[in-house]
Amino acid sequence: MNTLESNTINPDKQHLIIIGNGMVGHHLVEQLVARGATSRYTITVFGEERHLAYDRVHLSEYFSGRDAESLALSTAEYYAEHGIALRLHESVTAIDRDSAEVVTEQGRYAYDRIVLATGSYPFVPPIPGNDRAGCLVYRTLEDLDEIRAAAEDAATGVVVGGGLLGLEAANALRGLELETAVVEFAPRLMPMQVDSEGGELLREKIQSLGVQVLTERATQRIEDGEASRHRMVFQDDKVLEADLIVFSAGIRPRDELARACALEMGERGGVVIDDQCLTSDPAILAVGEVALWNNSIFGLVAPGYQMARAAADTLMCDALEGDAERFQGADMSTKLKLLGVDVGSIGDAHGDRTPGARMFRYLDPLKQQYRKLVVSSDGKRLVGAMLVGDNSVYDSLMQYYANRIDLPDDPASLILPSSQGAPALGPDALPDTAMICSCHNVSKGDVCASIDAGAGDLAAIKGDTRASTGCGGCAALLKSVVDHELESRGVEVDHSICEHFAHTRQELYDIVRVEGIKTFSELMRTHGADSSHGLGCDICKPAVASILASCFNEPITDAAHVGLQDTNDTFMANMQKNGTYSVVPRIAGGEITPDKLVVLGQVAQKFDLYTKITGGQRIDLFGARLEDLPAIWGELIDAGFETGHAYGKSLRTVKSCVGSTWCRYGVQDSVGMAIRLENRYKGLRSPHKIKFGVSGCTRECAEAQSKDIGVIATDNGWNLYVCGNGGMRPRHAELFATDLDDDALFQTIDRFLMFYVRTADRLQRTSVWRENLEGGLDYLKEVIIDDSLGLGAELESQMQGVVDSYECEWANAISDPEKLKRFRSFVNDSRPDPDIIFTSERGQLRPA
Amino acid sequence: MTTATAAAKTMTQAWQHLCTRDDLVPHSGIAAWVETHEGPAQVAIFYIPGQEQELYAIDHHDPIAGANVIARGIIGDLKGQQVVASPLYKQHYRLGDGQCLENPGLRLRTWPVCFKGEAVMIQA
Ligand code: SRM
Ligand SMILES: Cc1cc2nc3c(=O)[nH]c(=O)nc-3n(C[C@H](O)[C@H](O)[C@H](O)COP(=O)(O)OP(=O)(O)OC[C@H]3O[C@@H](n4cnc5c(N)ncnc54)[C@H](O)[C@@H]3O)c2cc1C
Ligand code: SF4
Ligand code: FES
Repeated sequence: MNTLESNTINPDKQHLIIIGNGMVGHHLVEQLVARGATSRYTITVFGEERHLAYDRVHLSEYFSGRDAESLALSTAEYYAEHGIALRLHESVTAIDRDSAEVVTEQGRYAYDRIVLATGSYPFVPPIPGNDRAGCLVYRTLEDLDEIRAAAEDAATGVVVGGGLLGLEAANALRGLELETAVVEFAPRLMPMQVDSEGGELLREKIQSLGVQVLTERATQRIEDGEASRHRMVFQDDKVLEADLIVFSAGIRPRDELARACALEMGERGGVVIDDQCLTSDPAILAVGEVALWNNSIFGLVAPGYQMARAAADTLMCDALEGDAERFQGADMSTKLKLLGVDVGSIGDAHGDRTPGARMFRYLDPLKQQYRKLVVSSDGKRLVGAMLVGDNSVYDSLMQYYANRIDLPDDPASLILPSSQGAPALGPDALPDTAMICSCHNVSKGDVCASIDAGAGDLAAIKGDTRASTGCGGCAALLKSVVDHELESRGVEVDHSICEHFAHTRQELYDIVRVEGIKTFSELMRTHGADSSHGLGCDICKPAVASILASCFNEPITDAAHVGLQDTNDTFMANMQKNGTYSVVPRIAGGEITPDKLVVLGQVAQKFDLYTKITGGQRIDLFGARLEDLPAIWGELIDAGFETGHAYGKSLRTVKSCVGSTWCRYGVQDSVGMAIRLENRYKGLRSPHKIKFGVSGCTRECAEAQSKDIGVIATDNGWNLYVCGNGGMRPRHAELFATDLDDDALFQTIDRFLMFYVRTADRLQRTSVWRENLEGGLDYLKEVIIDDSLGLGAELESQMQGVVDSYECEWANAISDPEKLKRFRSFVNDSRPDPDIIFTSERGQLRPA
Repeated sequence: MTTATAAAKTMTQAWQHLCTRDDLVPHSGIAAWVETHEGPAQVAIFYIPGQEQELYAIDHHDPIAGANVIARGIIGDLKGQQVVASPLYKQHYRLGDGQCLENPGLRLRTWPVCFKGEAVMIQA
């Protein structure tokens, strides 16, 4: 019946059939919709896979937590809404050009035009044994399901092929906890992208991650193994055993339909197309990885998208006003992170396609970085580059290359370590033609045009041009161009927190404190931006909630504040990926009695929770359902626990070492001090989370120098370190004061933390705040230690106010039936959410 | 066929009692089950007292996270459009029609809701 509907004959409309619903096939659909093609064509899309087009570029994330739904590029509703018939799980088996019909197992469909978007398939070398069970490929969601299933009872895995996709597959196997090896036929890894020096470096780096790398190995056959399921035999009769083998030895175009209906083909495969994406039969077009243009196949998504745009224009040709876009080849430069190793390749990276090219090389064997420039014979232009181990200069090199910008007199300065002062290429140096986003074909000129047409901020420009909404690789460049262009037009780049307040966080903090404003609605009424519609948003609400809490410390679940909180604060627990929560009671200083440990175990057993020791010296109980949180906390509070604020932008943990009480080297009681510090500052809400560490001597077993506040015992007292950070960008804390006694230590920390709370931006850790602080550490010492602003007493009394008003938020909530109403999964049904499903692993449950 | 569908529609698209005003959390959301003609669905109800439209009903299922969590998101307005931000990955969905602002291809279902005295009624 569907067929009937979708094929209902409309005499005015032509039939367009798109074969293949992959990345490019779907982009073509979007481009056609944008051009109004649905009023001219009745469009039918055939996809062989069960899934609607998904983001193959990020396929590997399927193994690191993303599911098919989140990788999907669109929805069935989108297709339905635009009247496009989507026939998934239905392969086209033939194109009958004589009768102008497309044939599938389900039927025959008449066409006027066809677009082939069938992509490619992984090449499996013709080795005897390559079809054994457990010999797999890496291309589709289904392939990944098979790999996951096969990995379940496997210990070792081998990837055949050490190119880009091979290394990505190797990373996936490693993630599945297989002992992993990569076998490459060429003498080095990624032979297409790097030379022998770069390849060597890459090999070292990858081997140091525990992945075995075997190069110059041609597999002769695969047979039964002894210790493992398979044994691979190489040309020199050496062998390698593995339970699972993934072939990733290159891709081949899926051109079988075109071949069978006698379209013009390339010598080594691929459907020949011209600039308009037309094949040798003008009724048939081809786009994406199946298409061969100028004797090249383009195995990347950006060129495929360019073809899709050209094909859409071709199909709408006479309806177009402006010039139709033509496909004019594409750049194969790539910037990748493989197994955590940066690899970049620009243009003629080997320098073997440019007569007279000159090379500059820089190799740092200690930092394991390799950079190479390929420069034209006159030294003026960059024609290629190769980077291994550090891609930080990729963006600027790419601009020199793509926009043919004159090189500096000493081109080597571009790849020497930055201490030499490599000239960075600012956004003003880019010509208007400079490509900013290659996924959506947005140049600097397009960005400027969008600004001139009225787009006044990054979000508007993104919405307008779609720049930075594809692979995301251009986000930083786009932002710098946008900021620069706005500033050069005299637009003050707006530092407002969001559209609702024309103020920074610091300004809002001062307003709240000075005017004594106690609720969000009052702040909005008195200081909201003129353009604001009064509700606020997920940026300003939590920020103001945090400011109100730092100033007045009223319970965050009070009716006036609850709507402002992030979900974690609302439910005083951290939401996990399946909608359940984790529970982290405070264990000050990491010290816990056996009795309390037993209670944690009992509660976890009773409510069936996954337990784990955290990196912050406490115990996390995962998998709690919303409706169970109050009962769980009831039992914990009865046993003397209180909330650990693992959810808040607030004090997290004070990590301690065992100190002088037990340790033969300890010079002070570090555990005792850690507990006192944690109890003093618990509950303090701040711009970002705060962590402390206290070590009992200079051996520093508590890693205090990686914390916002680090305290290290000395013979005479305590040394105080500030503004350290682990996390994404580690920073060592800096020595702030030495040999403090207990009172001076608390006084200094009181002042320091309150000053941070007052002046930092939202979500700015102390480390980033410190780096942006004008005057640096010296200024901070003047304000905090020398009291140069005369703020000391005020900061201390403000801190004392927070300390005195502390109340365990969970204790407050469970004594209030009104607040507890919130902890129901459904207001009209007491059954738990049936979509929360667990399986078990290593004897505990985990999300299915 | 047309008549049959129409009849089916009027039959299932009736106003149903969902909960009471007391169950709602002002300026925030709660979740409930509702019977729709496509089967039972989890719906998020947002209550914004003092606004022209005070009540919204929108899918509780977050299609990007694949979890039922939308009712636990922060509500607000962006450029005058009332939205809820998914609590997991922060996409914004327009309360009025479910449209995802970051992803044009994504739209949550919405249903008409209203107060009838103290009762919260939904049409599904
Ligand atoms: C549970 C825990 C991992 C573990 O199993 O050990 C953890 C889990 C999370 N961490 Fe962490 N971090 C945990 C210790 C750490 C540590 C180690 C430490 O504290 O000594 C660090 C590095 C130290 C540091 O912060 O400087 C750490 C650096 C981060 C970061 C990066 C912060 C940065 O400044 O770069 C984030 C992301 C963020 O905050 O924006 C993060 C964020 C998170 C979040 C909140 C991610 C999220 O939004 O869901 C995780 C929530 C856990 C939950 O639901 O309970 N977590 N996280 C640890 C809880 C400690 C505790 O008892 O409270
Ligand atoms: C793991 C991995 C990582 C990648 N990483 C990157 C990256 O970082 N950057 C990048 O630019 N590119 C990357 N790529 C490549 C990128 O995914 C492809 O360039 C892109 O998907 C090509 O799109 P396509 O539509 O031409 O082919 P595909 O996405 O393969 O789609 C073709 C579709 O057509 C279907 N089909 C084939 N024959 C028929 C038939 N007869 N009937 C019906 N349907 C049919 C197929 O089943 C398939 O679903 C990666 C690829 C993989 C596998
Ligand atoms: S490092 Fe921290 S934030 Fe990242 S997955 Fe582990 S627990 Fe989560
Ligand atoms: S280059 Fe991919 S999103 Fe811009």
